[in-house]
Amino acid sequence: MSHSVPIATTRSATGIPTSRLAVWWILASEVVIFGGLITCYLLFRLHHESWGYEAAYTNPWAGGFNTFVLLTSSLFVVLAHQAAETKQTDKSFKYIWYTIGGGLIFMMVKAYEYTTEITHGFTLTKSVFWSFYYTATGLHGFHVLAGMVIMGIISFDVKKGKNLHRVEAIGIYWHFVDVVWIFLFPLLYIAK
Amino acid sequence: MSHAHEMSFWEKYVFSTDHKVIGLQYMFTGMFMALIGGFFVYVFRMQLAFPGIEVPGYGVVTPLAYNSLVTNHGTIMIFWFAMPVLIAAFGNILIPLMIGCDDMVFPRINRLSYQIFLLSAIILIASFFVPNGGFGGAWTSYPPLSANAEYNATPLGAPMWLIAVALEFVAFLLGGINFITTLMNARAPGMTMYKIPIVLWMIVIASILFMASVGPLIAGAVMLLFDQTMGTHFYDAAGGGDPLLWQHLFWFFGHPEVYVVLLPAMGIVAEIMAVMARKKLFGYKTILYSVIATGILSFVVWAHHQFIAGIDPRMANLFTVTTLLISVPIAELCFVYIATLYGGSITFNTPMLWAISFLVEFLIGGVTGIFLGASGADIYFHDTYFVVAHFHYTFVPIAIIGFFAGITFWFPKIFGKMLNETLGKIHFWGTVIPFNFIFIPLFLLGAAGQHRRIYNFENFRDLASPEFYNLRVIATISLVLMIAFQLVFVINMVISLRSKKKAPKNPYNSNTLEWTAESPPPHGNWPVLPTVYRGPYEYSHPDRESDYWPQDEPGPDPTDPDYESSKS
Repeated sequence: MSHSVPIATTRSATGIPTSRLAVWWILASEVVIFGGLITCYLLFRLHHESWGYEAAYTNPWAGGFNTFVLLTSSLFVVLAHQAAETKQTDKSFKYIWYTIGGGLIFMMVKAYEYTTEITHGFTLTKSVFWSFYYTATGLHGFHVLAGMVIMGIISFDVKKGKNLHRVEAIGIYWHFVDVVWIFLFPLLYIAK
Repeated sequence: MSHAHEMSFWEKYVFSTDHKVIGLQYMFTGMFMALIGGFFVYVFRMQLAFPGIEVPGYGVVTPLAYNSLVTNHGTIMIFWFAMPVLIAAFGNILIPLMIGCDDMVFPRINRLSYQIFLLSAIILIASFFVPNGGFGGAWTSYPPLSANAEYNATPLGAPMWLIAVALEFVAFLLGGINFITTLMNARAPGMTMYKIPIVLWMIVIASILFMASVGPLIAGAVMLLFDQTMGTHFYDAAGGGDPLLWQHLFWFFGHPEVYVVLLPAMGIVAEIMAVMARKKLFGYKTILYSVIATGILSFVVWAHHQFIAGIDPRMANLFTVTTLLISVPIAELCFVYIATLYGGSITFNTPMLWAISFLVEFLIGGVTGIFLGASGADIYFHDTYFVVAHFHYTFVPIAIIGFFAGITFWFPKIFGKMLNETLGKIHFWGTVIPFNFIFIPLFLLGAAGQHRRIYNFENFRDLASPEFYNLRVIATISLVLMIAFQLVFVINMVISLRSKKKAPKNPYNSNTLEWTAESPPPHGNWPVLPTVYRGPYEYSHPDRESDYWPQDEPGPDPTDPDYESSKS
């Protein structure tokens, strides 16, 4: 079957491009997924003072560095979007890969953290705090990974000057992944 | 869109991106799952009415099998029948046709949504055949029963059930995003907010409700899966967790879910009533705003499922108030529907009979809900057959009656053939009368104190009296009758599909856009996509000779403020 685009996809009754609209709705569904998880964590945290002592074993320096890395990668994706808007396809391609690089560094630091924590005995089943820690950061890491894969796929189209609107869509998603981390970092690393 | 090459069978029916084909895939998968769910209820109702009997077609029901049958009956009927058929099937078929465009905005995501849904159904069915059988911890899946394989005795069935449900959620999230963006962006020129047929509003608001409520449960399902398979203690009080947390997460989704399936059914009923009463739908905006109010309120009623779970009594008071409040917009909807019927010239054909019976039967479900929403009365009624009868009086009208209303109404459009009216009416009465004879006895049993989730009532002296026994037998025989009468529908469908007589484009003289396309619509729906000039419910307008006024017919719009002055 040919993948010719239906007329439906090209219409815009609201004036908002369909791809942007869809990404916002996806984010709405993501907000409640992470929102549910973070709310559960907060309710537990408020009832268990001991969790503060457990949180002391997380590595705020690694987490802080990762916050910096993610924020920087968000800047790159904005630059990629700007380049795509002005049809500078090579520049956009370059910045998309800078963003992917940021995601890669983030995941490597995260892997280092996980390794140290697990080798020191702070595993998924150590306590409910650590269960939350691994579930929340794992789910977030999964989103980082998904964003990297999607960016990798679209980057080659962008290089050829096709489907440039996708840079904006993935950019919005990437900012969201960033924002989730900004919630997770203080809640899991800093609050003692 | 025209396609130069002939499509093969696989391209046309299996891997199609056409919204109508995907809608039918959802519909037939849902109907197939309903057969399984119906078979399960037949087996365990036989066990309840005739304990220890060798059930024809199944054999002796063991306690473990009983749990699994009850659990999967509930799961299938809600997640694999009501949702795919009411939202996904009707949403897919109706949204592009009623807003006048050629497909969904993301046809390939639409196809992916169905494929994930199919995978989830396969995983669920596969879970019945693993050692110890399918999950038996009830469709609500409360921990610790669901979290610990020692308690639920289904070490493989439980995680498979959970994975299937989670995948099904993913499928509906993808489908929902498609529905919402399509309705927002792909409408025909001229179709402004208040010119959208109400059923589409309902399907899309239902999709938004689903999307907004299911998130915490997806997170909760991941946590439960970790508890089941990796040894975490999120829901285990002994390990520092909290079993009540699951109940909150489940019902924060579970209660809006009721409205997720209710709204599409109410939308279908509204469309049928306006067409068959030849009247303008009464209070379009009232309906719309009542639905939005219902949607918002549905997020703050969930704890009425947990009144005796050990929640704070002050919280129970609060949730009693919100629960009673939500009956206000729902009652308003029912009154508005009755007002649409009032003074109309009603055609009592099969779809209309289904639509009216929806209102009547759902009302019984709604009114009995008041008893359960009040925390005081609920302490007595909780976990009795009164609850079972109550929610079946809501879900059967929604899923079964709503589905038959929709399929009999749009059958000519979807398949291009007319259904037989006589067979349709036999099927209608053969379904609705036994339905009441199943659940009125259950109300009586529940009010008399018969508890749910009991495998064999002979083990309880108070529940083993002949009166109770007779009521259970009446319910079971009625159920068998109701299932048997579904054959009439299948026969009707087969006869109609094989008949040579083609359905006209617009058999009911209806206004909405789908009736301007061929029956069935070709790929791409229209050679030239329509434009909208007026609202969908201009029936029996005094300024017109014919009693309907199609949305796409060029001319004035009677709801336009300048309409009166432009006439003269």
